[in-house]
Amino acid sequence: MSADKIQVKVTRIVDVAPKIKEFTLVGVNRTLPEFSPGSHVMVEMQGQEKTYRNAYSLLNDALDSSEYRIAVRLQDESRGGSVYMHQSVKEGDVLSVTPPMNLFAPLWHAKKHLIFAGGVGITPFMSYIPEFLRQGVNCELHYMFRGLQTGAYQEVLQQELKTTLFIYDADKEQRCDIKEVLKCQPLGTHVYICGPEKLVEGVEQAAIELGIPLSVIHSEAFAAPKPGTPFKVEIKSTGQVVQVGEQDTMLEALETAGLAIPNLCRAGVCGQCSCAVEQGDLDHRDNYLSDSEKSLGAMVMPCVSRANSERIILDI
Amino acid sequence: MRVAPKPVQSFRDDFTYSNSDEAIERFPFPFVEDEYRYSVNIESHTPKGGTDSIYEHFIDIDEHYLSEMAERAIVLEENPRRCLSMGHMALAGWDFLERMMVSLSTDYPQYFSLRRDKDQWHWENTLLDIQQDFVFGDESTLPMSPLDYMGRQVQGDFALLDQRDNDLFMDAGMITCPADWSLAFDAGMSFSEWHGPVPMAHSAGIFDRALKYLTAIPIGSPARRLNWTLTVNARMDTSPEKYPDWGHERTTVTAENVAQKVYLRVELQIMDRMPRSNALLFVIRTYLISLEDIATNPEWAKRMHRAMKTLPQPLIDYKGLTRYHHLVVDYLAQFDR
Repeated sequence: MSADKIQVKVTRIVDVAPKIKEFTLVGVNRTLPEFSPGSHVMVEMQGQEKTYRNAYSLLNDALDSSEYRIAVRLQDESRGGSVYMHQSVKEGDVLSVTPPMNLFAPLWHAKKHLIFAGGVGITPFMSYIPEFLRQGVNCELHYMFRGLQTGAYQEVLQQELKTTLFIYDADKEQRCDIKEVLKCQPLGTHVYICGPEKLVEGVEQAAIELGIPLSVIHSEAFAAPKPGTPFKVEIKSTGQVVQVGEQDTMLEALETAGLAIPNLCRAGVCGQCSCAVEQGDLDHRDNYLSDSEKSLGAMVMPCVSRANSERIILDI
Repeated sequence: MRVAPKPVQSFRDDFTYSNSDEAIERFPFPFVEDEYRYSVNIESHTPKGGTDSIYEHFIDIDEHYLSEMAERAIVLEENPRRCLSMGHMALAGWDFLERMMVSLSTDYPQYFSLRRDKDQWHWENTLLDIQQDFVFGDESTLPMSPLDYMGRQVQGDFALLDQRDNDLFMDAGMITCPADWSLAFDAGMSFSEWHGPVPMAHSAGIFDRALKYLTAIPIGSPARRLNWTLTVNARMDTSPEKYPDWGHERTTVTAENVAQKVYLRVELQIMDRMPRSNALLFVIRTYLISLEDIATNPEWAKRMHRAMKTLPQPLIDYKGLTRYHHLVVDYLAQFDR
């Protein structure tokens, strides 16, 4: 189920933090689809050597979808996408995006929403907060960043949340005591985390220690695909052999070789790109397959997962 | 729509409901193989079959529109809890209203029109003689909740499923013509909970696969499937709430009246992502056709005979056909010689 792509024009680029640029996108000859808080789009960038596809959260209030705004952090270990967005994309350029997809929606029945955001991990929550305010539901945000790199949108968040915004700039030695924050939450609170893995683990660990069930802890599972040892993929039906380089994902390599694999999130979450495996030792890195499915080794998510063996055979 | 809505016919008491030749021709006959097999049979809900096919538009409005809306009004009058919405589903209700108003006014401009100026909306439904000015998102400007208001103007039952924790929850809906299930009973249940009574499919892993598929449905890519059962008399409201009215009718089928009394009941189910709330809209559009009318198409009658003959006993029991299934098979046998 690869949804139809939407052509968008970049109408504005602004620096919102030392390493974060915000891009405003409008539809080319069409209106943009409505979206729900927590949604993202996949942005496709036509680089010189390869096509980059990165997922970015929509920042604007979901009530107004006349434009989409996304924020891109220049990644230190960029696979190319964020460098492209920062250095090559100019105002007036046309990009293509997928329709909005939501894998991180707020839980509407929560009595209170408690948010932990780290750095550019603030982005999915930017669309939560206006809707929470409209619904008059209790919301508290703990925002951690390094002020020399990130920390976007502090002013607008301050205006929206006032006394329920807590800011911690690590470059000013400000730290959040996660356990203390979690300790005093009312029943019915749901907790959302987006940020580095360390932050997610830290909140989960504190919750476990306090006896808070993990069913009320939600994290944006997006992780950029990580590089790995090169390997070869053989296509069972045609015998075609595709080389997956150190910096490429298996999905990108298959696409470059002309194979159309349905996909939505490219982050091991949605399960759309699932491929049947005929043979091979797999390095599963997705959040979609269950542990038993992973150990069975019959399916693989080529968007993030790789091979441990030099060659695997896909039954596609 | 070539077939214009007919004057009101009844789905109860004197059962005046009937299908025109055109309605029979366009009926969504569900059996695609000679042998009955359980399958998820989901496909993309894109138009097919050309002009006047039931798949021509997002929602099919047909000759039974006025009858079904009149029947719905009776059911809601009897029991307002056939339309339920939990507090957190308010936004999804507006999603539903918007989806229906936009698609109906686009697909059937001769019957429905919608004018939008930012959040000031004007809706007209000439079939039911309704005109309404309202503010989108402001429930106080409508006579009732958006789900209740619009549900009374569209053929089909509607469930709005909240999506959370990779699961779906039956948290809102308007269900007035169910095939023996109750919204009030299922309210708040998860996908696997409300499918609990279905035999055979759990062990086949069908529900796990279906749930993964449904939770991944993106905006603008609706999906559909057909489901079916049999109903005695052209009764739309076969709900558990009204079981005393219809349960006993299953004992009234005889070899003499089976062709007129037993109806194939087909549900065109449509699943569509709601853009503002991320809820999943589940439309259950029900079509009824008597065995007698099926027999006007020899290919259908023959195939249905084979499907009925190979239907596994657990499914015969689950679908409530135990008492008269053999009469249906016997009647259809004459078309399969």
